[in-house]
Amino acid sequence: MKYDVVIGLEIHAQLNTESKIFSLSPTRFGADVNTQANEVDLAMPGVLPVLNEQAVIKAIKFGIATDCKINNRSIFERKNYFYPDLPKAYQISQFEYPIVGAGILEITNEKNELKNIGITRAHLEEDAGKSLHENFTKHSGIDLNRAGTPLLEIVSDPDLSSAKEAVIYAKKIHALVVYIEICDGNMQEGSFRCDANVSLKPRGTKELGIRSEIKNINSFKFLEKAINYEINRQENILDDGGRVVQETRLYDADKNETRSMRSKEESNDYRYFPDPDLLPVIIDNKLIQNIKDKMPESPYNRLKRFIDDLDLKEEDANLLCSDIKIADYFENIIKIGNLKPKLVANWIIVELMGIINKNNKKWQDNKINEQDFATLLQRITDNTISGKIAKQVFAVMWDKGDKPDNIIKKEGLQQLDNDDEIKSIITDIINKNPAQVQQYKDGKHKIIGFFVGQIMQQTKGKANPAKVQEILKQQLS
Amino acid sequence: MNIDDVRLSADLSKITIDDKKIDSYLTDMQDILKFIEQMNAIDTDNITPMAHPFDLSQRLREDKAVAQIDRQILQSNAKNIENGLFLVPKVIE
Repeated sequence: MKYDVVIGLEIHAQLNTESKIFSLSPTRFGADVNTQANEVDLAMPGVLPVLNEQAVIKAIKFGIATDCKINNRSIFERKNYFYPDLPKAYQISQFEYPIVGAGILEITNEKNELKNIGITRAHLEEDAGKSLHENFTKHSGIDLNRAGTPLLEIVSDPDLSSAKEAVIYAKKIHALVVYIEICDGNMQEGSFRCDANVSLKPRGTKELGIRSEIKNINSFKFLEKAINYEINRQENILDDGGRVVQETRLYDADKNETRSMRSKEESNDYRYFPDPDLLPVIIDNKLIQNIKDKMPESPYNRLKRFIDDLDLKEEDANLLCSDIKIADYFENIIKIGNLKPKLVANWIIVELMGIINKNNKKWQDNKINEQDFATLLQRITDNTISGKIAKQVFAVMWDKGDKPDNIIKKEGLQQLDNDDEIKSIITDIINKNPAQVQQYKDGKHKIIGFFVGQIMQQTKGKANPAKVQEILKQQLS
Repeated sequence: MNIDDVRLSADLSKITIDDKKIDSYLTDMQDILKFIEQMNAIDTDNITPMAHPFDLSQRLREDKAVAQIDRQILQSNAKNIENGLFLVPKVIE
């Protein structure tokens, strides 16, 4: 039988706050085990949660950026489950009254069609600790450093119809939370994780099939593979006349399969109720407006503007918009140097990102300021140096942090622009190569490249190429 | 409410109960529910449920981490620790 695939995603984005959502512990990743968990995270008797302002603000930012409804009143509830990575035996989460309500995200799917994906809600909750099983036989080791890290759980409507579409949606959410700087987006460290609800129904029918939930997928590649594996598995069950069991499954990347998580299956009864330790969160419209006023231009607008108004290739615009810091850097350089956007885009993407990658560095390691970068590019447009020489200057700027004009002066890289000087070099080279001159006169005009090469070699690339061409042609004819 | 509900409640509460006492627990719990059910007589249509008995809103705390965590003290009453980890009976997924 043919089936329709129905997928909904729950994305957990760790909010990049300094302290935890309900305690004063730091949220830093990679610290020694249990050194970032205090008495609140350990659920010692008598401790009380106090809500972190930034967690609330970052959730509101997400709501503004996605045009979701922001609820003026939201409630924290206890989600009860018994597991050692959560010492309270409940997780503080939101259920009936989440901070961010419904909205819509538009994606371009793999068939190049525009499609609206509904966002059901986004709610705040605390992350759990980590259970380590490898080094123990009879025990599990518990590290509570991550317990209490703020999470924004972004729930989609079951609007996604293929693994590829789910990945496109997840990538768009990922790009957004990184761009508006509420999440570092580091998937290897678990800052951005996905759960996928997958079900099948006979093609064209209305009623949804029974779903399984694949938990904790931390890469886009695995997300696609896990969903495809699950679609295949359910297809086989249904084709054989069987029934899909509603359950939670884990994706095993090594074996590329999903398998049932038996431990949590029996007691899927979370018994949510309002947490008596926390009062309702009231957000007035003034606060929302304040946050909105300080938010940067949405990445979607900016991308569109880069493509439509600045005439950049979509691929390049995407790269520049992947991080607000890069996009700002790009636009500031254009403004400071009054430069052509395409020139600046090329230099950032090819040269700067190239040197960053080559040295295994990150964008943050770039020490070349906007003013210096703009000056360098101005020296190309005002013909002080050629593009080729500019690359040499750029390499020195990266290595030594020197100013472009200093480097050009110190190393004598200024372009040879003096007609008389260029003329005398050209005359000299023409005199030395009579055979090639004859070839040119016989109509083999391509030989001009040979002369240009000779001249550039002699001037170490400093001669103005346009001028060289012009004078050469005059002298040869 | 039936005997299975009593068993489920005990299971969710992580307590062991004596099979012989289940009937009396069931009677007790049924009585408690009956007592609470009296509240259902009140008409609560058009009333927004409260999330908290106090009519106040949540105070927000500045996002500042205070790193004063002494693992040794915090783990001093843990039954079993190793290399800084709390050890618990094996949990397998």
